[in-house]
Amino acid sequence: MHRYIPNTEADERLMLDSIGAQSIEDLFTDIPKNLQLDRDLDLPQPMSELELSTHMKELSKKNKNIEDLVCFLGAGAYDHYIPSIVKHLAMRSEFYTAYTPYQPEISQGTLQAIFEYQTMICNLTGMEVSNASMYDGATACVEAAMMTIESTRRNSIVVSSTVHPEVRKVIKSYMRFRDVKVLEVDMAGGVTDLEKLKSLIDKDTAGVIIQNPNFFGIIEDLAEVEKITHENKSLLINYVDPISLGILKSPSEYGADIVVGEGQSLGNSLNFGGPYLGFMATTSKLMRKMPGRIVGQSNDVDGKRAFVLTLQAREQHIRRYKATSNICSNQGLNALMAAIYMTTLGKKGLREVAMQCVQKAHYAMDKITESGKFKPLFNKPFFKEFAITSSIEAEKINNELLNHNILGGYQLEKVYPELKNGLLLCVTEKRTKEQIDKLAQVLEVI
Amino acid sequence: MEVRNDLYYSNDHEWVSVEGNKAYVGITDFAQHSLGEIVYVELPEVGDELSAGDVFSVIESVKAASDSYMPVSGKIIEVNEELSDSPQLINEDPYGNWIVVVEMSDKSELDDLMNAEQYEEFCSKED
Repeated sequence: MHRYIPNTEADERLMLDSIGAQSIEDLFTDIPKNLQLDRDLDLPQPMSELELSTHMKELSKKNKNIEDLVCFLGAGAYDHYIPSIVKHLAMRSEFYTAYTPYQPEISQGTLQAIFEYQTMICNLTGMEVSNASMYDGATACVEAAMMTIESTRRNSIVVSSTVHPEVRKVIKSYMRFRDVKVLEVDMAGGVTDLEKLKSLIDKDTAGVIIQNPNFFGIIEDLAEVEKITHENKSLLINYVDPISLGILKSPSEYGADIVVGEGQSLGNSLNFGGPYLGFMATTSKLMRKMPGRIVGQSNDVDGKRAFVLTLQAREQHIRRYKATSNICSNQGLNALMAAIYMTTLGKKGLREVAMQCVQKAHYAMDKITESGKFKPLFNKPFFKEFAITSSIEAEKINNELLNHNILGGYQLEKVYPELKNGLLLCVTEKRTKEQIDKLAQVLEVI
Repeated sequence: MEVRNDLYYSNDHEWVSVEGNKAYVGITDFAQHSLGEIVYVELPEVGDELSAGDVFSVIESVKAASDSYMPVSGKIIEVNEELSDSPQLINEDPYGNWIVVVEMSDKSELDDLMNAEQYEEFCSKED
């Protein structure tokens, strides 16, 4: 008997006999012969627990992580500081579960945490209602697009090419199966080309998606986009970096109808690309089209405050195929971390983080472009990311930086072939003057 | 189940009350009873022009979301805003609470609808 598999041979025999099978192999007779592997798996010899953990540790050392490197990479996933209280609270066993329990009878703590998360997302975006979170920024954006289609009964989505390329990819894969047209607006000088937007938008346009700050870190002219969008009776989807809302005008002030974004930067680690959380907030007018869970505040039979899932008629178990979405879960633990992060920082703290990002990013840009070897790719106001260009290939630069334990920028040429040698750098509040100076110094001698 | 004599009825359980060229449209007692407790009524926009058979409203109850179809073609000239805050009014008095008022574009479509007697028989088969 194996120590982790409690069935004895006698147990096995008994189970096989009771279903009338001769052997374990018999259980696979339904699988065609040509698909069956006619030999044992090619596995190394068993290891002891000690040997195995040593082996795994050695493998993991091949990865270089954010503790080993100084990170100037952003492009959607950000190395912000996470106060230690976030993990201490989120890892408590009362919260740390594989699945979010939603039953109000047993889950008041979880529901209250989600309610607080929703409240803070509303405060941050200025919107009236938030859901309990979505899988990630990209899927939140797709769900927002579907809301606009449901709500306007139109069937095309206009998205700026300054929206994160991976987000655009996800939008396209979803919409392909919904017979929804996705039109991309070209950019001009690092921002959405407003003339192109005007020429693309028409009576079929359900929603317009703009990222702000955009993929290049640049602040878009949202006031103008809002006018163009709403004059056409389309809905405005704003994809935002939540940290930027510490200093930027809130999307609701710009008249956004739906605000979505990647919530990773709110107290969540980089996690090798996931799990993350998408956030979504909207107006009370669109509330009933919003997918996902929403926690509301109510009173129990004794008149005490209680939290419950609310507006469930939106969801697929009641609305069935008429529901906007099949999503009926949330990223509970990630949303919890975001909530603890926002609570810890408060309004002032978040503003401070955002201010430091802006100031350090601008210092870095000035320092790097000082000698003229590197030039700004665009001359536009930016938040914590900026693009540079030079006569040197971006890949070569990154390899050289890695030799100095610096994680370089995002190679723009990968998705924007016209931006040859373009490198997108990110500077968060975690970077020190010394680290930035070192970056500039290494760049100067490449 | 209550059926009123002075109304027209559709297969989809909408009632129509006619006043000149205007049609008041709601859902029947049978419909509200099958839906159960109504929690939300999604209203169309005033000015929407819809054909008979088009969806003009979605009514959500605690157990289902159900489309309501235009019994006659025409332009929506009024919607019952009271239902946004008090959707349960339809449960309480389905014939006293219309959902939309339609300016009919083809009054002859009324001939395709049922009278009270026909509707009562129709419902007895649905049960």
